[in-house]
Amino acid sequence: MRVTIERSAFLKSLNHVQSVVERRNTIPILSNVLVEATAGKLRLTATDLDIEVVEEVAADVSQEGSTTASAHIMYDIVRKLPDGAQLEIEQADENRLSIFAGRSRFALQSLPPQDFPDLAAGEMTHRFHLSAHELKMLIEKTRFAISTEETRYYLNGIYLHDVTTPEGPLLRAVATDGHRLAQVQLPRPEGAKGMPGIIVPRKTVLELMKLIEDADGDIEVALSSAKIRFTVGALTLTSKLIDGTFPDYERVIPRGNDRKMEVDTRLFAQAVDRVSTISNEKGRAVKLNISHDKVTLTVNNPDSGSAEEEVAASYASDPIDIGFNSRYLLDVTAQFKGATASFHFADAGSPTILRDGDDMSALYVLMPMRV
Amino acid sequence: MGAQDAMDGFCRDCGTDVPQAAHRCPACRSPRLARHPELAALSIAHLDCDAFYAAVEKRDNPELKDKPVIIGGGTRGVVSTACYIARIHGVKSAMPMFKALALCPQAVVIRPDMAKYAKAGEQVREKMRELTPLVEPLSIDEAFMDLTGTQRLHGLTPARSLAALARRVEAEIGITVSIGLSHNKFLAKLASDLDKPRGFSVIGQAETLPFLATRNVGSIWGVGKAMQETLAQQGITKIAQLQKMEKNDLMRQFGSMGVRLYHLSRGQDLRNVEPERDAKSIGGETTFTTDIRDPAELEKILWLMAEKVSRHAKADGLAGSTVTLKLKTADFKSRTRAASLSAPTQLAWRLFQAASPLLKREADGTAFRLIGVSLSHLSQAHPEDEAQSLDPDYTRRAKAETAMDTLRAKFGRAAVEQGRVFTGKRAEDDED
Repeated sequence: MRVTIERSAFLKSLNHVQSVVERRNTIPILSNVLVEATAGKLRLTATDLDIEVVEEVAADVSQEGSTTASAHIMYDIVRKLPDGAQLEIEQADENRLSIFAGRSRFALQSLPPQDFPDLAAGEMTHRFHLSAHELKMLIEKTRFAISTEETRYYLNGIYLHDVTTPEGPLLRAVATDGHRLAQVQLPRPEGAKGMPGIIVPRKTVLELMKLIEDADGDIEVALSSAKIRFTVGALTLTSKLIDGTFPDYERVIPRGNDRKMEVDTRLFAQAVDRVSTISNEKGRAVKLNISHDKVTLTVNNPDSGSAEEEVAASYASDPIDIGFNSRYLLDVTAQFKGATASFHFADAGSPTILRDGDDMSALYVLMPMRV
Repeated sequence: MGAQDAMDGFCRDCGTDVPQAAHRCPACRSPRLARHPELAALSIAHLDCDAFYAAVEKRDNPELKDKPVIIGGGTRGVVSTACYIARIHGVKSAMPMFKALALCPQAVVIRPDMAKYAKAGEQVREKMRELTPLVEPLSIDEAFMDLTGTQRLHGLTPARSLAALARRVEAEIGITVSIGLSHNKFLAKLASDLDKPRGFSVIGQAETLPFLATRNVGSIWGVGKAMQETLAQQGITKIAQLQKMEKNDLMRQFGSMGVRLYHLSRGQDLRNVEPERDAKSIGGETTFTTDIRDPAELEKILWLMAEKVSRHAKADGLAGSTVTLKLKTADFKSRTRAASLSAPTQLAWRLFQAASPLLKREADGTAFRLIGVSLSHLSQAHPEDEAQSLDPDYTRRAKAETAMDTLRAKFGRAAVEQGRVFTGKRAEDDED
């Protein structure tokens, strides 16, 4: 194998794939990136056995071939080379990969490419397209609610599924940790009809977000009940799905919450942030005392003191006192783009719905806390 | 009563002032006198119940009064307390039961009834708190007290207040205590041990150095067997030797322990008496009769421990957000692993669910002798909040546990059991 490639192009692709590689690996080859040179291009593959990221980049290939070498070391080398440098990558022998650039030369230990694991994707049953913007929205607005508790593995991801509602067929993303729930939906793209409900793992979601950060084109999503693949230009991410049943979340989304309060999103969030300075890890509860023209936020912490702040609100129902975890309130309001946040209460002990103004595409549910 | 007389001494049995030369109390003829030049000036005390478990048993069963009594038995069969009669025969705490019975075959062996001892211990502590809020329990049957500044409140010097306390404990709770009075915790604890049982010992400022000089280094708080050996290798066995050494030398040789040796050997201890704080964790652990390798068997015991911790948490109205699994291998190596939860819990199945993946990773065929689980980062529990979740499966299980608790509250602990531990036999109450 002998390849010449420009530093910045190689760095960008290498950056994309190396991120999935775990820092510590008990299986040595999982620390490596698979480098395959074929006519006019270099194909880089990295995996952690659950996720596989592949990217192709144009290169001047004078001799085809393939090998594997440490992803993180190779990335660090290329990162430190001067901008505009031309790299020559060469497989010196079976156990060594050489990189030459200017007056630098590196020899990296390599492992045989045939040992590199293949995340056999199998047959994909459904394929559809989303804009990068849409995919980012589905992930960004729900990921904060993903549970991190290992034991509730079926909540450790975003539940992506196809629903039919009076507004028409939708593609919906839901995440919950039992305390809060985020639901975002968009018109069902062509090809998603009849797709299985799937749980996309947290790590996959986070890796994907890094990869599509600057993307603005079209993204192809292909999936089966076991795997999902995202293709963004020359890059593909394939991931296993969580093998579990997502809870029947629709049962817990209240339907009859008719006490509606509207507040200025930023003013409310800033007030929550300020009063929660008093709270500690043990008790993050903030009490909302809601009356006709205002909401009063209070925090009482026996160890440090108390705080109170008033925020103007529009509210027409009977006054209500309700407590929430301040962090959860901040997480939700941080997703809001609009000027107004609307709360829909039933009573102090029941789930509350939050919406970003009139945006009906996203819905958030918070469990109250006793205060 | 003149101040000079108060300095002289008093009768521990009736509190009467005792003139300097008297050998017995002029009022009640008791020989138990407290006399010390610094008696009125000292205010840090250590109170230790005498052969506590055995004393409680003897109180409740007067027939045992003149018999040797050993409290112990249970899983690994060791003596936890021996009464003073059994001690005459050479029985000691932590001795294997078979050995104790060889020394004293006529002894009455009683299995510990921790609930009973805890109750008596708490009664003693209540009496201590009547004298001062600064009571720092060390265990169920001993505590430090700081009586500084209480003289005006009680109209008695700390020494007299303490003697009166000992009398009240004997009369009202029915057990005896030994009291050590000095100018710091280290010396107070040493003092309480000098005159047991029913003791009252005083170590004043003036005698501190010569008193310590005669003692072995093992008397120093924090110097255990290993440290004694290390010191012995340097030829140091008496505190007197430490008193002659420079701080820098001790520090160089023994690190932070050296600093401690320097100060404690000179009777300097600046630790305050810290009153009891809120519990930081709730735990339950058990040592197996024989070591266990089988993961399924370990998991079953883990469940029982989770239930036990949950029971305590529920009783105390506490919930915690960190679950720690503790294991001890057959060769006494400890392993602890922790998991954090998104919200505090007091439910047994949540505890178990958090701890069991930790156990799965450790139970690889290794033989273990102990398993335990504990709940920390405690806060006030809100069972209503815990019982509802946006995850319906969670809610269902939380409600199932609450329903089981209700049944148990009504019909006893064995009324319902999880299938995983159900044996069909009536469960014996475990020791808690």
